[in-house]
Amino acid sequence: MRSYLLLIISAVLVNNFVLTRYLGICPFLGVSKNISTAFGMGLAVIFVITSASAVTWLLQTFVLNPLHLGYMQTIVFILVIATFVQFVEFAVKKTSPALYKAMGIFLPLITTNCCVLAVAVLNIQMRHTLLQSVTFGFGASAGFALALLIFAGMREKIDRAAPPLAFRGTAIALVTAGLLGLAFMGFSGLVKM
Amino acid sequence: MDTILVAVAALSGTSLICGLTLVIADRFFALHEDARIEQITALLPGINCGGCGYAGCSDYAKAIASADAPLNLCAPGGIAVLQALCRFMGVESAEQEHRVAIVLCGGDDTKTVHRFRYNGVADCAAAASVAGGDKLCRYGCLGYGSCARVCPVNAIEIIPHRLAVVHPDLCIGCGRCVRACPRGIIKMIPAIRTIHVLCSSKDKGPVVKQACQVGCIGCTLCTKLAENEAIKMDGALAVVDYSKPLENEAVIEKCPSHCIVRIPASRHENHSCTLSA
Repeated sequence: MRSYLLLIISAVLVNNFVLTRYLGICPFLGVSKNISTAFGMGLAVIFVITSASAVTWLLQTFVLNPLHLGYMQTIVFILVIATFVQFVEFAVKKTSPALYKAMGIFLPLITTNCCVLAVAVLNIQMRHTLLQSVTFGFGASAGFALALLIFAGMREKIDRAAPPLAFRGTAIALVTAGLLGLAFMGFSGLVKM
Repeated sequence: MDTILVAVAALSGTSLICGLTLVIADRFFALHEDARIEQITALLPGINCGGCGYAGCSDYAKAIASADAPLNLCAPGGIAVLQALCRFMGVESAEQEHRVAIVLCGGDDTKTVHRFRYNGVADCAAAASVAGGDKLCRYGCLGYGSCARVCPVNAIEIIPHRLAVVHPDLCIGCGRCVRACPRGIIKMIPAIRTIHVLCSSKDKGPVVKQACQVGCIGCTLCTKLAENEAIKMDGALAVVDYSKPLENEAVIEKCPSHCIVRIPASRHENHSCTLSA
């Protein structure tokens, strides 16, 4: 039980996928303009990564490994991820058209979010068990959602604070992202695995 | 050879399962909606301004298709959309008055008195929540541009000395600014009107005079000059009744505090559409 908790904390804070590993920067900058969209995106990513890490682990263990098809890992994993993303797209379109519109192209782009594939591949490389994989997937995606929400909150405030003209928009967003990453470095050494 | 076959089979098998899952999911999440809704949505401008009172263009389309909402609610669409909607729904005729927004305040920084220097975030709601705003007048435009930020067509300009001014030619009449203004001093008025009382202060004359050089002091002079009660008193504030015509330009000259002004009418005209057989 303790090791699972540590796994989550390490994935959320210490090795945050966005701010420490620098994965998934595209949606991090793209969907962080307001908190409600960021929240929806965070939930979608949590669902996709958590379920994808379970299914990819099963596929790797019971299909790819016995058949010695390790080299097909990437293509099979992407296939699974794309399926889940499409599934989420159906669900969001049905339940909340407004959210569907706000997330726009970034919803289907979860497929190519390197964060998702990274979790699936890391699960195999780190020799996680099924339960560990799901836990790690949940932690990693929760970390992504957390970073996205914090960043969206900051950007909402920055938009109102009227920064100097040259810094407006993406420039100040990137500076903020850098400082946020720096802040998350404070967590390093919190968990020793 | 076997290796290739196994690889192909494994990948095809996985794809097949994934595909089947999606087919089932698609059935499960299928949208059952009136086919007309999508067609009507395509006729609307699609900027989701909310001026019609519905949550967005598709919501308005739903209301038209299912609840017989009036066709003339889309201000940004103008005559083109009205005609398209009439044709689509088979309505004989409909009329639409073009309305634009106006900021009923003329007191910029040079004409008003400030109680303190506000240094917080540049947002009207935030400024208004700090002891009721930095202007001495409790009703005046704060000029931090909350209305300009929500305007979908950039029709509101914050002029130097911090005052929001609507450009009636650019205004599409969506009414977002009306809802954004924490002071509630932005009103929707018929686009053809030219004479306006640019003040919203309900304070009595002496108080207004202290706070602003161009505030309505409630002298009631204009109400006597305007024909047919086109300007009425609301407490100590003269208010133009836009339902009645107001032609007498003398009110502009005679107003002792110069808060009645003439703003050139918008080039927009009222729309009407009739289906000819």
